[in-house]
Amino acid sequence: MPDLAIIVPSLLNGLTTGALYALIALGLTLIYGVLHIINFAHGALLMVGLYAVWFLNTRLGIDPYVALLIVPPAMFVLGYGLQRGIIGRASHGRDENILLVTLGLSIVIENLALYFFRSDTRIVDTPYSFETVEFLGAFLPLPKVIAFFGALISAAALWLVMSKTDLGRAIRAIARERKGAQLVGINADHVYAMSFGLGIACLGVAACLLLPSYYVTPSVGHGFVLIAFTIVVLGGMGSFVGALIGGLIIGVVEALGGLFLGESLGQIGIFVIFILVLMFRPQGLLGHKV
Amino acid sequence: MRQLVILAVVFAFIAAAPAIITSEFTQNVIIMVLYAALLGQAWNILGGYGGQFSFGHAAYFGTGAYTVAVLQVQLGVNPWIGLVIGALFSMAVAAFIGFATFRYGLRGSYFALVTLAFAEVLRILSNSVGFTGAGVGILIPLAPGAANMQFETKTGFFFLIWVLTLSSFLVVWWIGHSRFGASLAAVRDNEDAARALGVNAFRVKMGAIMLSGLFSGLAGIFYAQYFLYLDPYIAYGPAISVESLLVPIIGGMGTLFGPLLGAAALHVVSEATRELIGDVPGISLALYGALLVVMVMFMPRGLAGLLARLGVRRRAASGEMPRA
Repeated sequence: MPDLAIIVPSLLNGLTTGALYALIALGLTLIYGVLHIINFAHGALLMVGLYAVWFLNTRLGIDPYVALLIVPPAMFVLGYGLQRGIIGRASHGRDENILLVTLGLSIVIENLALYFFRSDTRIVDTPYSFETVEFLGAFLPLPKVIAFFGALISAAALWLVMSKTDLGRAIRAIARERKGAQLVGINADHVYAMSFGLGIACLGVAACLLLPSYYVTPSVGHGFVLIAFTIVVLGGMGSFVGALIGGLIIGVVEALGGLFLGESLGQIGIFVIFILVLMFRPQGLLGHKV
Repeated sequence: MRQLVILAVVFAFIAAAPAIITSEFTQNVIIMVLYAALLGQAWNILGGYGGQFSFGHAAYFGTGAYTVAVLQVQLGVNPWIGLVIGALFSMAVAAFIGFATFRYGLRGSYFALVTLAFAEVLRILSNSVGFTGAGVGILIPLAPGAANMQFETKTGFFFLIWVLTLSSFLVVWWIGHSRFGASLAAVRDNEDAARALGVNAFRVKMGAIMLSGLFSGLAGIFYAQYFLYLDPYIAYGPAISVESLLVPIIGGMGTLFGPLLGAAALHVVSEATRELIGDVPGISLALYGALLVVMVMFMPRGLAGLLARLGVRRRAASGEMPRA
């Protein structure tokens, strides 16, 4: 049994990772809440964001945190375009088709990345990569601490957009009652695309916060995508607070699972939670009946 | 009955191929198309006829493949016996996944997610435990001879996959003409309505997933014997799950001949790209993904749907009534 000196840092590490997971899951849950589909391309699009940050840093010398001004808006535009141009058109009014199209998109994006960037692992080199912050006797990497607070601030900002702006109201209206919302003059296709864009922009933010303490490969999204699904399912599909709490829980479970079972089996813990929740409580911890 | 005659003619025609075609390359092409058709037909039973979109058919494929391989390597069990055990194991995995999901009424996105997660769990497990050879993979020792299911010529493998694939097509033909198939289609089109009419949706879906798992497992067993090597990524990785669903989607979901059309078309397209672009990592899978998007966008009923539409037009032109 490892003592507290090992458990506490691991716990804190899990929380910082969990906040980023939560941000990624927020994008997924936003898209699910409105479009009622699971975006299977979520991991692949996160990978696109990570490559964008890497590219800006290594080719143009732009710091990953400065890239917060560039990457999320670009990802928003990409998401908007994907929904309007491909996903929305392919649905033919059936949810299954959207599932298949997002799966197809993820395969295309991932393998094009493999083609262009090879499977090499890429990292960015920043002056603060190895700085640490001491907290409760644990030394946490500075980028992880920044990511933790950055993710929480972004989640708060997204919540403000959803609850205080006209766009947020339109999104919630469409999510709840599509026909009624259309009757009062809301352009459903536009709102769908805006929601998808916002969800993908979350990935852009996550990518900027993640890369200083992480790496990117064409298949990096795989690890995140099932984690994000698990969080969304755990928190309740479409539930905002649920995604946040779920993210933190999963981050901690992963860190502790890794500590006690080793890296590769530690991941199983996440899948086990995922499958158990889906089977016994598919509406999630905070969600409503599916 | 007409379908059964066409099926007999098509498979008799295919059976004559090795006698006419002696080129090993072309024989290999036919074997791989039949194999892909088997893989696709397995998915088609559950996805096309049952409307349950599985994103993790690798779970059954990999279980069949690993069973036959591990039994041979670790316990010295003959692969013909391994085939039976492997098929049963695949079916058992399918029954377990089916029970776990259908019992709780998971459908649509949820079902797709759970199946994907199960395949991933199996991939991680096979990567972590010793008897599967973990990440290094498992190599079936060379022991040529029909008794060891390692035929010395392509013709032997050809007839093995021919029998397996034909049996899957016969089962699907039966589904299309049985009470079970009618119940399955009713559940696919409107589960609540089907239940109201007294269809036991749970039992029907369990039947479909078990048949589906059985044939997927057989495809995996064939793969193991044909290539004599497996690793977690080959057996349980996403490529097999994607190929399983892509074949019937290209050919036409919920049709008897869709998977055969899809398998042939997919092979032609991927060979053509290999000729044009060369063997570059990523390109063939990127193409699979693009095909999936394009098919769903522009031809959701697949090639079979296209053929049916042409047929209707021709009959309409000759004044004959189109058949439903």
